[in-house]
Formats: sequence, structure tokens, C-alpha cells
Amino acid sequence: MTNNNLFSVDQLTIKFGGLTAVDRVSFRVEPGSIFSIIGPNGAGKTTIFNCINGLYKPDAGSIIFKGEDIVGQKPHRIARKGIARTFQNIELFSRMTTMENLMLGRHIHMKTNVWTGATFFRRGSKAAQDEIKHRERVEKIIDLLDLQSARNQFVGGLPYGTQKLIELGRALALEPELLLLDEPSAGMNSEEKQDLVFWIKDIQDELGLTILLIEHDMKMVMDISDLILVINFGKPITEGKPEEVQRHPEVLKAYLGEDEVIDQSA
Amino acid sequence: MDMKRDYYEDIQLLNSKILWFWFIMLIASLATLPFLLPNYHIYMVNYMAINVIVTVGLNILVGYTGQISLGHAGFFAIGAYGTVLLMTNLHFPFLLALVCSALIAAFFGFILGLPALRLEGPYLAIATLGFGMAITQVIGRWQVFGGRMGLEAPDLSLGPFVIDTDRQLYFVIVTIAFLLILAARNMMKTRVGRAFIAIRDSDIAAETMGVNLTLYKTLAFAVSAFYAGVAGGLMAFLLGFINPSSFNFILSIYFLAFVIVGGLGSIFGSIMGAVVMTWLLLTLDKVQELPYLGAVLVSFSERWMNLAGLPNIASIIFGLIIILLVVFEPLGLYGFWIRTKIYWKTWPF
Ligand SMILES: Nc1ncnc2c1ncn2[C@@H]1O[C@H](COP(=O)(O)OP(=O)(O)OP(=O)(O)O)[C@@H](O)[C@H]1O
Ligand SMILES: [Mg+2]
Repeated sequence: MTNNNLFSVDQLTIKFGGLTAVDRVSFRVEPGSIFSIIGPNGAGKTTIFNCINGLYKPDAGSIIFKGEDIVGQKPHRIARKGIARTFQNIELFSRMTTMENLMLGRHIHMKTNVWTGATFFRRGSKAAQDEIKHRERVEKIIDLLDLQSARNQFVGGLPYGTQKLIELGRALALEPELLLLDEPSAGMNSEEKQDLVFWIKDIQDELGLTILLIEHDMKMVMDISDLILVINFGKPITEGKPEEVQRHPEVLKAYLGEDEVIDQSA
Repeated sequence: MDMKRDYYEDIQLLNSKILWFWFIMLIASLATLPFLLPNYHIYMVNYMAINVIVTVGLNILVGYTGQISLGHAGFFAIGAYGTVLLMTNLHFPFLLALVCSALIAAFFGFILGLPALRLEGPYLAIATLGFGMAITQVIGRWQVFGGRMGLEAPDLSLGPFVIDTDRQLYFVIVTIAFLLILAARNMMKTRVGRAFIAIRDSDIAAETMGVNLTLYKTLAFAVSAFYAGVAGGLMAFLLGFINPSSFNFILSIYFLAFVIVGGLGSIFGSIMGAVVMTWLLLTLDKVQELPYLGAVLVSFSERWMNLAGLPNIASIIFGLIIILLVVFEPLGLYGFWIRTKIYWKTWPF
């Protein structure tokens, strides 16, 4: 196994009853790159993510992260190894504030347990020190994503675009090496989308993150991806650089009828 | 960029002079209260404080972690019997016996939490209900536990202090309740509490962010059971005598009612819920002594109900109050409190 193999998926397959949602999908992601998965609705994109972070157990295939097959491991273990994600349908902790959501992102790095947490009583106490230290990291992310005004608000009532950003922030708080973004721009207006593209590039540059992206906005995908994998009905159709994928006849065919997508990619 | 904030302030209990003032006032009034109240009321306050402990603990499980338990009377019983037995048979000092039996309760909580990983909603409710009833059955049949006859609480002393009046007991119970409330509040402000709340709001997101669901769900049960255990241990001394019927499953339902009436996911709400509902329960027990209303109810009971009439009225009123509260203020008493606070904008918070 070569050193620069951060993440690869091999012959990944998962069935739900009679439906093969993901069918022998293989790909490899170069460290520090942005790798996108595109395909029509129901193609199996989200299902691939769910297999990667352990929410689903694939029927066959392997998922190698840093030289280790992570198939069959529990989601919290996989998170600890350095994979974080956002969700297509926002999964925030709605009755927590933005800050608390991001602090939860620090969970695996923090040390407070029931006893130290329950008994802290001054600034020097272990749990208080733990909070202060990780709060500093969280504040950096809040600054990075311009979330200051939402800091102490319950996230449930915030606008959709802001919630998407908070999810991104929460994932970043985990300090992952691999970041999975499931349709991060869905529901955002074009201005927010521009900011998002900027942030994703920024994050990738500054933090040296490797990003796996699912996205329906073709302009954005073509703009920021290093490589793109196209799937349909769970099967891989083609993989390549944005220019190559764009011209692929089967891609055009698979996207036929999705006017919006064609418009934007034209 | 706004000015650099002091992050400790956000989790600090008393982060302003005004709060210090109220905190000291609170301690001062708690310290003088037993000297102002007649004996029966001290007994009632003790009862309230014990219920506050259970309610805060149960809220950690139900309100904060989003699980359910209809078996908390079981943990309460384990605490009560454990403390009494450790003291009479093994001659443990009181505090050690109390902590040990609360830990035993926590251990049972942990065990009960394991099936809870696979069960949700009504299934979990039934499993915990079964647990609570099983505990009462075991206690009722086993000779060590005194069987149906029950056990008498041993003499209580803390170091050189002998504690044999309700007023003395007040200081023990209220101090412990006070510390446990602070502990719960601290826990919820830091990592473990956040993980609990995260599980409640989205268990999928919580586990993909690295929260070990198995560990934290069982932990919530254990912590919650610990609180019930401590409360049970104290209850043994307040009642002076315990038998299985003190811990039947209706008690579990009451505990849950305290949590819901007080407000899910609010410690302050739990305190209010337990205090108000305990007052109500103890008052309704003596409903015939109420001025005017008592006489009316007695005559109603004599005219329309059988011999067991009057206590039934108590349950009916209790039930009605729960229904009305939940219908009109789903956030419970805590919801009322929030609205009052908003109304009185000048309140120093
Ligand atoms: N837990 C499940 N049980 C049964 N079927 C499932 C499950 N999860 C996904 N599927 C099915 O697998 C297929 C792929 O779904 P998936 O959510 O991965 O699509 P997607 O590519 O993310 O689509 P979209 O663009 O709409 O988000 C769909 O037909 C879906 O109904
Ligand atoms: Mg999807």
C-alpha cells in the first residue's frame, strides 16, 4: 500500500431488499484533493457516505482509510479516526446553540468525564480548563465561517443556509482528515453558494483537508473538483477530471431531463 | 472583530455580582428556613428535596438524553434498602452506605440501559416498567429485605452529630440535594451533558461526530439511577421505616409526572416540578382538612363514592392538574417561569 493512499473504496456494494443501491463502486481519493460524486436522485450517493461513516454496513467491498479497512466499525470509531461529515437533510442538534453544536464537534478531543464535569467549581478545574481550551478552537471556526451573530442562538430557528454552515463548522471542529459533504449548497442562494465555494477552497488549502463532495450544483462541482465520479442506479458510469466528465456521452444521457443541471453545466 | 471574551464566564455558575447576591441569599434562607417552619412543614420540605433529587436525575435521562424510564421507583428502592442494609448489617457509616447503594443503583441503571440500546419509545417504557415492578417483587419476597413487613431505618449520625429530628435531617437532605443539583447543572454545561443532549436531538449526528451511543445511553441511565438511589437512601430516614409498598410502580409514574410538569430538559424546572407536585400530593392526602373545599369533597365522597372515595379524589385532582399543565404549557412550569421572566424584564438576569 502506497504512502499517499489516504482513502479508497473498492467494489463497494450494498443492497436493500431487491434494490442494489450501490453496485461495485470503486474509487481512490488523493490526499488534499476534492473528489466529487455526482449522479441523479436516488443514484446511491448518500448511501456511499453512509457506508463510509459506518451508519450502513455494506454487503461487499472494502473502504480503506489510512491503510485500514474501516468496514464494520462503529460510526464513533470511524469519527475518531478522522472522518467527519455533513448531512443532506440537516442533522443539527436543534435545541443547542451554534456554539454548543460546534463544541460537540470537539467531543473526541475533550477529556471531561462525568465526575470532572459534575464537580468543576473554578476556572482552574479540569473540566473548566477543557472547556476553555476547546472553546478557543471553536471560536476560530466561528470566525472562519462568519457565524458570530449565530453563536448563542439555538440552531433550530436559524435560516437554512446558516444551518448548513453550522453543520460544516461542526464537522470542521472534529479536525477531520477526510471531510464528507453531502449537498452542502442545497437550499442556499447564489451569494451563499459563492461564499461556500470560497470557504471550501479555503478549508482545503489552509487545513490540508481531503474532501469528498456530493453536489447537485454542476457549476460548483465543475469549479472546485479535482476528480469527479459519476454514478447512476448505484453503478459507476465514469470518473475523471471535470472537463472529461462534462463531455462524457453517458453523463449527458444520465442527466437528460434534469434541465436545471444541464443548464448550469452548459 | 468583537472583543475577546472570557470563555469561562459562559459555564461559570455565578458570573456576576447580582448572581452572587442571590446565591448567598438563597443559602441564607435555606439555612434559616427550618427554624421558621413548624415541624410538619419541615417534613414536607424534606420530602420535596428528596423528590427534587429524583426528578433532576430522571430529567437527565428523559429530558436531556431523550430516553424514558417507568422504573425509577426500582432505583429509589435499591437506594433505600441498600443504605439501610449496609448500615444495619455491615455497620457502614451513613454517607458511605448512601454512596455505595447509589452506586449499586447506578450499576442496575447501567444494566437496564443495555436493552435500552435496542428499544425505543413504548418498548423501552415497558421494559423499564417491568424492571421497577420486579424490584418491588424481589424485595417483597426476600427475607433479607424484611419481606412485606419491611425494614426499620437505623439510628443516624454524621460523625459526632446525632440526627434524630426532621429539622436535623433537613440539613442533611437539603445539602445533598443542593450539591446534586449543582453537579447536574455542571454536567449539562460540559462535555458529557452535551453528548446526552446531542443524542436526544440527533443520535445519528451524535455518533458520526464521535459520541459512543452505547456508552452514553447507558451512562445516562446510570447517572439517573444514581440520583434516584441517593434519594431513596434519604427517604428511608425521612420515613423511618420502609416496605415494598413504599416503592410501587405508581411512584415511578409520579416521578415522571414531576419531570414533565416541571419541564423536560430543565433542571430549574425539575426543582419546581418536584416542589409543587410534592406539595400537592401531600396536601391532597389530607384533602378533608382543607378549608371549605374539604367539607364539600367529603360530602361528595360520602354521597357518591364507595369507602375508598376520598383518596380517589386526590388522584383525580392530581391527574387533572397534570393534564391541564401539559395541555396549556407543554414546557411545564419552566415554561411559565420563562414567560414570567420575559414579562418582568427588570428581573436581574
Ligand atoms: N435505509 C434504506 N433502506 C432502503 N432503501 C434505501 C435506504 N437508504 C437508501 N435507500 C435507497 O437507495 C437508493 C439510493 O439512495 P441515496 O439516498 O443514496 O440516493 P442519492 O444518490 O443520495 O439521491 P439524492 O440525490 O436524492 O440525495 C434509493 O433508491 C433509496 O431509496
Ligand atoms: Mg442523497
